[in-house]
Amino acid sequence: MKNFVDMHEVSLRYGEDGDGTLALQNASVKVDSGEFVAVVGPSGCGKSTLMKVITGLWPPTAGGVIVNGKEVDKPLSITGMAFQNPTLLPWRTALDNVMLPLEIAEPHASQLRRNRTMFETKARDLLALVGLKGFENKFPWELSGGMQQRTSICRALIHDPSLLMLDEPFGALDMFTREELWLAMQELWMARRPTVILVTHDLREAVFLADRILVMSNRPGRIVAERTVELPRPRQLSMTYESYSVGLVQELRDHISAARENV
Amino acid sequence: MSEITLPTAPRRRPRKFTRNKAFRRVLPWLVVAGIFLVWQLLVVGLRIEPFVLPSPTSIFAAGWQWHTIILVNAWQTLMTTTIGFFFAIIIGVVLGVAIGSSSLIYDGFYPALVGFNTIPKVAVVPILIIWFGVGSVPAIITAFLLAFFPILVNVATGIATVEPELQDVLRALGASKWQTIRKVGLPRAMPYFFASLKVAITVAFVGSIIAETVGSNAGIGNFMLVASSRFEVPLAFAGLLVTGAMGIAMYAIAGAIESRMTGWATRSGGGAT
Repeated sequence: MKNFVDMHEVSLRYGEDGDGTLALQNASVKVDSGEFVAVVGPSGCGKSTLMKVITGLWPPTAGGVIVNGKEVDKPLSITGMAFQNPTLLPWRTALDNVMLPLEIAEPHASQLRRNRTMFETKARDLLALVGLKGFENKFPWELSGGMQQRTSICRALIHDPSLLMLDEPFGALDMFTREELWLAMQELWMARRPTVILVTHDLREAVFLADRILVMSNRPGRIVAERTVELPRPRQLSMTYESYSVGLVQELRDHISAARENV
Repeated sequence: MSEITLPTAPRRRPRKFTRNKAFRRVLPWLVVAGIFLVWQLLVVGLRIEPFVLPSPTSIFAAGWQWHTIILVNAWQTLMTTTIGFFFAIIIGVVLGVAIGSSSLIYDGFYPALVGFNTIPKVAVVPILIIWFGVGSVPAIITAFLLAFFPILVNVATGIATVEPELQDVLRALGASKWQTIRKVGLPRAMPYFFASLKVAITVAFVGSIIAETVGSNAGIGNFMLVASSRFEVPLAFAGLLVTGAMGIAMYAIAGAIESRMTGWATRSGGGAT
């Protein structure tokens, strides 16, 4: 579907009296269904705000968002979200953490009692897909940071969201774990094809994962550049060191430097 | 009770002994025994008069002589404390959830609650006696009044401090306020809740005993008042010791329940990161 997400001319000012920070100004983003889009930009440019607006968690001050043909006016239940902080519930095992959305989101919640085994199998399969087979019954404190983040991503995907919002999910991980998770993420995305919006400040990550990269300006944020990544799938990590990717990273970097200077 | 003997061959691995689990276990008892020993030596050595500071042996002797009456009164105090504590848990949790989950209720009620909590409860007891007469009821209410506030504050804190990202996840899933509280807020508040129980049970004892001292005809507080008015100082001290022992016992029970219920909160440091 064309323009699955259509955010048009959105401005957002925090604070109730209109004197707060202007986080977004006339920002427009269009994402097709099944597309993987990365949003990069200088820190504090309103990337996270963009996510909140698209998912309906924050109403925009001006402009509007249409997702799946419908105007967004309340939190979108077709979204899955993962953040830099895995935010797992420490009193639940990995499996039970992944099951959480099924206990809340409809139509799954009302079917949970009847289909418990089926849902559990699904959660186990998903955990196995990200390499966590055998860790289903571990508690978060028994998992490494990378494993926690994998669990968090599984939790974001368990209810088959058609829109996956990732807010720097790999930002707190070391380089090797991060690269491992890129591969896992690519595999997940290719297997299920959700529409993904990934906010990141890691340009290599954006190049490796995304079909299209949007560059945001300094606050108030808007989209200042856009690049399509012409790399075949499935991508290998070595591709990020080839001249095409390096050139792309450099170009994005220049855009961001320019965006940083225009305060 | 002075067997603080060092092992015969501590030279080889002197640290091993202090790490010994069994030693750690008996350590509190050794400390108490040590305090009594020093106390006894001071009283005997400095010839302190018994009505100023009785020696532990005379306290134990007096306590043993009057043990039935002490136990009856201790039981009375234990009952009033437990009942007050029980109500404190119910009211504390309900108000804590309400205040922790709604900033409106928080803004509206919290200042009044803080104001109320600053009133010394000993000043309230005479009013309670006017209302309910001399007896168990003022003691129960005083125990409740002292104990519910720490529970309330802790439960509210646990619920109010759910990570904003997690709230976003839940909101986007379409979670209702109540679902958020039930699935995340309440379990998250449990470590705070159980920690507060340990504080609450000890202040509940304080409440009961204050009320019994100011106006009651039963309970350890009343017993100590009567004993000291008759200058039976060792007996008054025996009452103090029994109160302390009851406090420790209830604290230990609360602590045991805590580690049983919320092991996940204290164990989180041990895993891989």
